[in-house]
Amino acid sequence: MGASWVTDEMRAALGSELGRKVSFPVDESDIRRWVIATWYPAAPPRRYWDDDAIAAAGGLVAPDDFNPFAWMTVPPAGAEPDLGRGGYRGPEQSLGLEPPATTSIINGGRVATYREPMRARDVITSVNRLTDYFEREGRLGLMLFTLTTDTWTNQRGDTVKTEVTTFIRY
Amino acid sequence: MSATATVSVGTEVPEYVRTTDLANWNRYAAVNDEFVPIHMDDEAGRAAGFPSAFGMGNLLWAYLHNMLRDWIEAELDGDGRIVSMECSFRSPNLRGQTVAARGTVTRVREEAGQTFVDLDVAVVDHAAPDTVLAPGSATVALG
Repeated sequence: MGASWVTDEMRAALGSELGRKVSFPVDESDIRRWVIATWYPAAPPRRYWDDDAIAAAGGLVAPDDFNPFAWMTVPPAGAEPDLGRGGYRGPEQSLGLEPPATTSIINGGRVATYREPMRARDVITSVNRLTDYFEREGRLGLMLFTLTTDTWTNQRGDTVKTEVTTFIRY
Repeated sequence: MSATATVSVGTEVPEYVRTTDLANWNRYAAVNDEFVPIHMDDEAGRAAGFPSAFGMGNLLWAYLHNMLRDWIEAELDGDGRIVSMECSFRSPNLRGQTVAARGTVTRVREEAGQTFVDLDVAVVDHAAPDTVLAPGSATVALG
């Protein structure tokens, strides 16, 4: 490995859009399954399944960490559905660039800011951008930190969430 | 009593404790479409340098949120919302490990008539709390 994993081509790509996804309308059962899985083995709170508690909350509100894009998103017109399988797809692949020749990858962390809550029947759009590269020398060699920023909006154009994700490659 | 009156620097959020194994991880894989061999297969976990399969960072992320939501509901009369959360993933969540999501209030501040509560949060090994799996911070808006 040389002095850096980051090429001029990669540096020039900072700020580029990596992809956009549109969810199917958020389904009440998907919210319930989500909270069953994340509160397991305890029962999830009543506000997710009790009609009176849901009404008191003004409707069923998804937890902030809910992922409306799991399994399948709305395919672009004329395209086949992307079932999202195949693990991590680096930003370089999305942009048609040569990826760094790293061999391992780990999830470094997440930073999320929440605005408008997700509710049943909302349609969420995600726009993902390449935000930053930086490097640090680690126990396993030179580590490449790749930051991407995901911005979610609902069908009214309200911002739902902004999230920066860090993946570490080495 | 208002939510603001019950929160001050040093307030500890009740722990969110889960003993984690394939029963937890498979359920999460099913809702998040996260069927990754290292989270399902001990051989794949060992090949990645760990003693076994290990849990998803995303599920620890969910536990941090659930800890705060349970606190908001139980102790703040539902009078609050999570406005931000950040964490890094430092240590694997191994099979059979009991983990605890924890939070401590570090600051209570007013901005434009709104009360914000800043917290240090973390997921730790319940039996060995010095083992921090996912340290981070969060902010809850009251009212």
